[in-house]
Amino acid sequence: MFFPIETIRIMDSSARTRFSSITSKVIMALAGLFLVTFLLVHLGINLLLLAGDGGQSFTAAAGFMATNPVIRIFEVVLFGGFLLHMVFGLIVTLRNRASRPLRYQHKSRSETSPLSKYMFHSGVVVFVFLILHFIDFYFVKVGLVAPPSGIDRHDFYRRSILLFSDKGYSAIYLVSFLFLGFHLNHAVQAAFQTIGVSHNKYIGTIKVVSILYAIIVAGGFMVIPFWFILVR
Amino acid sequence: MIFTLKIWRQKNAADKGGLVTYKVEDISADSSFFEMLDMLNQQLIAQGVDPVAFDHDCREGICGTCSLYINGRPHGPLKGVTTCQLHMRSFNNGDTIFIEPWRCGAFPVIKDLIVDRSAFDKIIQAGGYVSVNSGGIPDANTIPVPKPDSDAAFDAAACIGCGACVASCPNASAMLFVSSKISHLALLPQGRVEAQHRVQQMVSTMDSLGFGNCSNTYACEAECPKEISVVNIARMNREFLAALLFAEKEKQISFSL
Ligand code: HEM
Ligand code: FES
Repeated sequence: MFFPIETIRIMDSSARTRFSSITSKVIMALAGLFLVTFLLVHLGINLLLLAGDGGQSFTAAAGFMATNPVIRIFEVVLFGGFLLHMVFGLIVTLRNRASRPLRYQHKSRSETSPLSKYMFHSGVVVFVFLILHFIDFYFVKVGLVAPPSGIDRHDFYRRSILLFSDKGYSAIYLVSFLFLGFHLNHAVQAAFQTIGVSHNKYIGTIKVVSILYAIIVAGGFMVIPFWFILVR
Repeated sequence: MIFTLKIWRQKNAADKGGLVTYKVEDISADSSFFEMLDMLNQQLIAQGVDPVAFDHDCREGICGTCSLYINGRPHGPLKGVTTCQLHMRSFNNGDTIFIEPWRCGAFPVIKDLIVDRSAFDKIIQAGGYVSVNSGGIPDANTIPVPKPDSDAAFDAAACIGCGACVASCPNASAMLFVSSKISHLALLPQGRVEAQHRVQQMVSTMDSLGFGNCSNTYACEAECPKEISVVNIARMNREFLAALLFAEKEKQISFSL
């Protein structure tokens, strides 16, 4: 076509052998947006802990999630989503670090949202909590870890109450969700920008929705231990 | 006015380099930043010291040659201004001013404050042009262009390629530069023809040169002397995805002997 051989050669030697910057980020953003919808479902179920019905509705919902075949399939998709998001998060972060081998002597004074610069750090905090969460619930459910004495391995309600009665656990939980809030506050608006959905007409709306989502989700999860400590 | 300057000195690309402290006195508040550096250099020449090398050309904010990372900000403390348009009245008397070169693996230091920005030229060479002959002047409105599109194209075309976006980005990403070049051509009918090829080639060249990924911190938009919007980056991502997923494939013509 119109292009000289030289540029085609450059293109061949670079893009074909690895995911391009934009593709990597789009995969990450799409996986992230999937996690964002998953979190809403998860929050909805967890808030049933506060229903005050001795765990009936919570257990029913958890039971549905554990047995419904569609949800079972989505569980695999969910693991995939986390994996993709984290693997590409790592790839992108490593490439970003490598692009400036020599740093500035003077600290940056550019006006940016501070949370956007620490996505990897907040992501790692969420990841550490995720491991804890797996050991506490998923591994217990599948029988890899023995449940605490007197609690059935499928009884998530009493398992949760026991965990939240531990002040140390509640503190770790609260800090983790605070960081999840930081991550989400930037994540939702960033994901739209990355997949190319940004325009002066609705850029403001997306930012507001992003912040509201972060506050509602992080706040919603954080209400639960407080309710157990203060109300019950 | 009196200033203490901490300037990055580096003999050549191989030299390790470091900050050197200088004092300048009797600086008029209305002298430009470069006039202040010119005075320092006169002083250094008189002392038999190698003057500080820095990039500059038009000194009127239109060519994109000047750079300098001043006190943690490309082009200094003012918004929407190049270093050549910065004046000493924007500083306080007695200030200590850090002056460093752009930092990015793809922009190696040549000497002192001068970096090699030919990586940007390589990106342009990969497709930042329209390769058909434009011919003579056509009659008005033979190719209609919607006004909002031409406005947006013009805003993007204001990019002077100085590299402040790369310098300010925590990831040394060139996406504001590349996206403004892609936008100003993709929004106009003459540039539209090659848009899909262009975006793929320019992005892959950008990647191969080792620039980072955008992580949407928008430091670039805050520091761009031409105040180019990150909406262009979203447009580039859209164009790139559309080209990746939907571009018509070139027909392979094979010759048999
Ligand atoms: C429930 C948990 C999580 C959700 C809902 C989530 C969601 C998101 C979303 C939507 C983005 C925006 C993508 C973009 O910039 O376009 C993002 C960015 C990011 N996430 Fe997550 N994330 C989660 C957990 C994690 C974890 C466990 C890590 C791993 C260490 C991580 C690392 C990152 C990083 C590094 C970025 C920034 C990428 C960049 O722009 O440079 N995230 N996240
Ligand atoms: S010297 Fe031309 S823009 Fe500054």
